[in-house]
Amino acid sequence: MSNHTGTHAPHILPMQLYLGVGAALLFLTVVTVVVAQIPLGGWNLVVALTIASIKALLVASFFMHLYYDHKLYFIIFAIGVLTLSVFIVLTMFDTLERGAVYDIKARPINPKAAMYDKPSFQGQGAAVHGDTTKAGGFAAPIDSGTTKHDSAGQAKPSGH
Amino acid sequence: MDGIPAYNYLNTPKGWKSWLLTRDHKRIGLMYLFAIMFFFMIGGVFALLIRIQLLTPNQALVRPETYNQLFTLHGAVMIFLFIIPSIPASLGNFVLPQLLGAKDVAFPRLNLASWYIYVVGALFLIYSIFSGAADTGWTFYTPYSTQTTTSVIATTLGVFILGFSSIFTGLNFIVTVHKLRAPGMTWFSMPLFCWGLYATAIIQVLATPVLGITLILLILERLFGIGIFDPAMGGDPVLYQHFFWFYSHPAVYIMILPGMGIISETISVFSHKKIFGYKAIAFSSLGIAFVSFMVWGHHMFTSGQSEIAAMIFSFLTFLVGIPSGIKVFNWLATMYKGSISLAAPMIYTIMFLILFSIGGLTGIVLGALSVNVHMHGTYFVVAHFHYVMMGGTVMAFLAGLHYWWPKIWGRLYSEFWARVGALLIFIGFNMTFFSQFILGAKGMPRRYSTYLDQYQPLHGFSSVGSFVLGAGFVVMAVYLIYSLFRGKPAGNNPWGGLTLEWTTTSPPPPENFIETPKITHGPYDYDKVIADNG
Amino acid sequence: MHNTAGGHPAHLQHHFSDSEQQASASKLGMWLFLLTEMLLFGGLFAAYSIYRAWNPEMFYEAHKQLNVQLGMINTIVLITSSVTMALAIRSIQLNKRKIAVRFLIATLLFAAVFLVIKYFEYSHKFHLGQLPGKYYTFTGLQGANPHIFFSIYFMMTGLHGIHVIGGMGLIGWMLSRTTRNHFSPEYYTPLEMTGLYWHLVDLIWIFLFPLLYLIG
Repeated sequence: MSNHTGTHAPHILPMQLYLGVGAALLFLTVVTVVVAQIPLGGWNLVVALTIASIKALLVASFFMHLYYDHKLYFIIFAIGVLTLSVFIVLTMFDTLERGAVYDIKARPINPKAAMYDKPSFQGQGAAVHGDTTKAGGFAAPIDSGTTKHDSAGQAKPSGH
Repeated sequence: MDGIPAYNYLNTPKGWKSWLLTRDHKRIGLMYLFAIMFFFMIGGVFALLIRIQLLTPNQALVRPETYNQLFTLHGAVMIFLFIIPSIPASLGNFVLPQLLGAKDVAFPRLNLASWYIYVVGALFLIYSIFSGAADTGWTFYTPYSTQTTTSVIATTLGVFILGFSSIFTGLNFIVTVHKLRAPGMTWFSMPLFCWGLYATAIIQVLATPVLGITLILLILERLFGIGIFDPAMGGDPVLYQHFFWFYSHPAVYIMILPGMGIISETISVFSHKKIFGYKAIAFSSLGIAFVSFMVWGHHMFTSGQSEIAAMIFSFLTFLVGIPSGIKVFNWLATMYKGSISLAAPMIYTIMFLILFSIGGLTGIVLGALSVNVHMHGTYFVVAHFHYVMMGGTVMAFLAGLHYWWPKIWGRLYSEFWARVGALLIFIGFNMTFFSQFILGAKGMPRRYSTYLDQYQPLHGFSSVGSFVLGAGFVVMAVYLIYSLFRGKPAGNNPWGGLTLEWTTTSPPPPENFIETPKITHGPYDYDKVIADNG
Repeated sequence: MHNTAGGHPAHLQHHFSDSEQQASASKLGMWLFLLTEMLLFGGLFAAYSIYRAWNPEMFYEAHKQLNVQLGMINTIVLITSSVTMALAIRSIQLNKRKIAVRFLIATLLFAAVFLVIKYFEYSHKFHLGQLPGKYYTFTGLQGANPHIFFSIYFMMTGLHGIHVIGGMGLIGWMLSRTTRNHFSPEYYTPLEMTGLYWHLVDLIWIFLFPLLYLIG
């Protein structure tokens, strides 16, 4: 006997369902664009992701049939979401909390270091040799231990 | 005792095309077996070159730059071409359908595709050896890997392709276990090797894609300078490590879980006793798979990651040792008051128990954040992972190889020479790697082509040990190959096993079972059934 | 469990006991494959999250360079293509092969429209020098490292675009098989599996759109 994970005696959904879900998705798309124009600070991200999640659930539940299928498939979908969440959350415990316990005693990379003369560094020459206003440039050497750095090791201007 | 059956999967169907285009999981498993044994030898040659270089501090066998390539290749070949596919793709492919009472895996053509993808990935890796082998270490850490002129792209492309082979094998096994169990075989009456392969497959499917995207990012960084890992462009090299280890830590459980599955089989059969704690062992496999995704940061304690993340990862790392411990106790309890038969599979099983325990415990030592600060990047780490990967997985693989060898070929090997080989391997292994624990504790860093004079005695001892170890493998190769030509016919069930593969002929017919097997007892019911030592 | 020759459906493979087992095995296999795709893209979503958290103002400023209308049209296009894909499968379930063919062609057309719009977006960026990493030459944005946003934009939409192209290949193949009458209400598994894949491609874009185009 085969292991039944709910395949059909084909479960044929009515046309209206597909069209209805499609319409809902289009409506939610318009909503998300409109709401994005309203400045809500940090809530913009929450609202946008919530609407996107609802749309995703509609696609998964009805177009991909998860609502009607054996819950094994939903579990697989959920495991994917969960694993990703673990990855992002635990990594952000690092990336957002650097220097939270002990001050980072980093100094900028020495712009005049000999290694920058190697051919592989030529493309970044402008950023390294003295042009500190370009994106990614280096500020002047900093007194270690007294200045907070942001997580990518760049010095934050005081009062940030 | 019967001779080799006339109709078996080796000779039916005939012709080289029937092998190249086979969908028979047993033939695919055999092709994988040859490949992984070949790459184990290649990786071993790199290892011996490393140990020759390190015999004395003045050894000028290779330049330091070449030494970097040697340990990179040793790692990449051993990990991606040997150990990750080793048990699942060879023994797993061969035996899983039979253990379940099935005729094949769920997707036989996908299985063949997995094999060819493996071959293509291997070719890329081999090509990279000759086109300027990578010298970054098998971990390809940025920023060096984005800047070195060696062929990082060829190597990482090879690994990327090999990842697909791993994913498809895992996918195949999950569906096989879910769908193709024989009628009457429930989840909790299937052999524990199946649970091990199932848990492994879950990790393969979940983790390997992240390696895929990591290598893509690395290649894009090298080709187009996107700057995601480059601090000069606002990127973060530690981010690479997060991405890399998110796969590579679960990967080590891909390596060990199938091995643990084999041990569950051999320990029951060769103690002639029902496995102790079936459900505990089954659930601990899933538990390991689950927790393994949450500890990757313990490879990064000294990388500059935040202290908060480091503390969380250290705590979770202690948790992941628990299910492994549960298994070891259950195995020991299985042996207690059993009727132990010290055949070659059991000898390797006992070696596994000793060596894996040492390896696993030293993993917990390294998981302690405060200790890790001193031990990271030293030979202590090298010794730890060789104890778990070689003392663990390879010993379990050898146990499985010696256990299923009669089923695969229909022939028995010489027990005497098997013991000689096992003894050489055990002695050689401990000589090579126990000394490395001491070296590491004394401060010897890893990946160094030379060292201070004070480390010479231990390094010398370790290098000698590596040749003893190599000799053990040569002995093993000889008696195994000899058995193919002169081994006694094995019969259906030389060991008295109770799982379904022992009900077929040795070697089995192409379709595994002529009739659908009837499940009349559990896989370890030595308390209920007299095994048929056919 | 003997499958006597001629007594079982042509599509049934020998190691399965019946069509239902084979179909549900295919479905399980496909969902596992979709899981791997989620994890593959997930890595890029992780990179996005991390870099946006580090550079919130830069992401906000840089994203304004994207064309929200085109993004919204593309979202609508993909959602519609998902509807037509689902309706194509439904048509086969109802044994309406010719209608299924039309829905499949419609799906392909919508996918092509998506790619054409993306082409216009990309070439606009090439023109302005809003390119990833070391090729970034646009001068219209202040602040540190604006190229990071564009690197992430190109990687995420690029990988997604590759999957759209792959999906079009699959749908084209299904179209060919449908016109040749390979599918019926009793057997349409490959079509269903292609549908699942296509819906995932849509699903990923559903997240890409607000994250890249609608940063508040």
